[in-house]
Amino acid sequence: MVTLRPKPTSTRQPVPPAPLLSLRGVSKRFVSSRHNTTAVQDVSLDVHAGQFVVVVGPSGCGKSTLLNIVAGLDRADGGEALFDGRPIRDASAERVVVFQDAALYPWLNVRANVEFGLKIKGVPRRERRARVDRYLELVNLRKFERAYVHELSGGMKQRVQLARALAVEPRMLLMDEPFAALDAQTRDVLQLELQEIWLRTGATILFVTHNVREAALLADRVIVMTPGPGRIKSEIAVPLQRPRDIDTHAVVDFAAEVRRELQHDEYATRASGSGYVI
Amino acid sequence: MSSSVFTAANFWRLVRQAVFYAAIVATWQLLYTLEIWSPYLFPSPHDVWISLRANIENGLIWDSTRASLGRLTVGFALAFVAGTTIGVACGTMRWIDETLGSLVVGMQSLPSIAWLPLAVLWFGLSPNAITFVVLMGSVWAIAISARDGVRNIPVLQRRAARVFGAGRLQTVRYVTLPGMLPSMAQGLKLGWAFSWRSLMAAELLYSAVGLGHLLQVGRDLNDMPQVLAVMGVIIAVGIAFDRLFFGPIEWWVRHRWGLAQT
Repeated sequence: MVTLRPKPTSTRQPVPPAPLLSLRGVSKRFVSSRHNTTAVQDVSLDVHAGQFVVVVGPSGCGKSTLLNIVAGLDRADGGEALFDGRPIRDASAERVVVFQDAALYPWLNVRANVEFGLKIKGVPRRERRARVDRYLELVNLRKFERAYVHELSGGMKQRVQLARALAVEPRMLLMDEPFAALDAQTRDVLQLELQEIWLRTGATILFVTHNVREAALLADRVIVMTPGPGRIKSEIAVPLQRPRDIDTHAVVDFAAEVRRELQHDEYATRASGSGYVI
Repeated sequence: MSSSVFTAANFWRLVRQAVFYAAIVATWQLLYTLEIWSPYLFPSPHDVWISLRANIENGLIWDSTRASLGRLTVGFALAFVAGTTIGVACGTMRWIDETLGSLVVGMQSLPSIAWLPLAVLWFGLSPNAITFVVLMGSVWAIAISARDGVRNIPVLQRRAARVFGAGRLQTVRYVTLPGMLPSMAQGLKLGWAFSWRSLMAAELLYSAVGLGHLLQVGRDLNDMPQVLAVMGVIIAVGIAFDRLFFGPIEWWVRHRWGLAQT
């Protein structure tokens, strides 16, 4: 049976004592000549090693900004963002982002794209080769290692991005709506593949999406955000067993729960004019 | 441009082109035969051919072409380095673009031959003056395309590099320089055409061995066949570089980057 348990983060029982990621009252405003927008307001969230946490909310609710703050691409202007107990000051290969689209390098083939982060990190050639082999294998792209980006389908491109991110063996993987630009069938396949990869590697993942079914399928914990300003509305633990399957009743029902939770504010904040899909 | 596959479409294109140029030569010959203009102002295709052959046999065409291309290479190489540097700086740093960038756009509108008086005063009547004009002829076009190339790199490609911990220099090396190549390939082709024209203009005005000078000699001697023959060589060199050198580079870059259109 599906349970819906909104919990304040402070009462959670962490498995290891210290969280890997700890956000405390994080806020971010974007100031422009026309208007100021509070993208993220007073967000507190702990993520422990090995967890799969999905932040779900309509577009424009600040969830991508939140992810960028964790990545070190954006700076929070209020509160604290701690990674492994230290403040996040800049981007680092410890926390790698998988973007939605267009983040691969068209002049490099699949292999060289996967190798990219390792090269930046200065990993020696021999180890680079071994790691690239390993992660290409993991995402089933060994056969396409010589292909160029424009020869790949959308799903394959996202697999390359995933392999590129995993290859540097980050302590946390950040995923910014990575499957949103894919067609429905490809998305289903990739979601299941990601679940499998997560089960095999035990990676820590912070995943942002507006797709509630995706959240129900993948998450240990679903964080529901509301727009304008972006705040955490509630947190829902997902008690479903893994591996999960997309069309099982459990996942579908759970997705419906999350959707209800979201829809509740959609009425409250119509102004945002944004949507999400099931 | 397909990769030199000999297809039926290519064959008929060549046939059409051959017929077109044959028709031009035939019309020319016809006008010559009608003697509308005096033959020394309007020589026959055959006269031009004779003059071309004579200039090839006495080695003047080769020496002049080699001298011109030598100057061009130096000027163009300098323009490539300077233009790329200026373009990358403008593309990556806003304050440089607002200052130097606006100057580049202004300079682009100045015909490069207008630099010759200044160059002669600075460098004297020397090959350096011509090299300078060639440099000024192409550096701005190259700088502008380099800047556009940098700007057209998707933001996410640069962000992705940052995410892996790339510093500023690493981002330039691994993302900016390769990412700007498609625009650069076009810019170099354009810059080359500009410098070739600037070179011819400068050589016309300043005497030294070179194709422009050979053209000027034809004028001084009232030798219309030589004037036309040298003009033909200038065009041929221009087309040869465009088609055989810059064209393939551009084609390769566009294909590799996945930008090719059918």
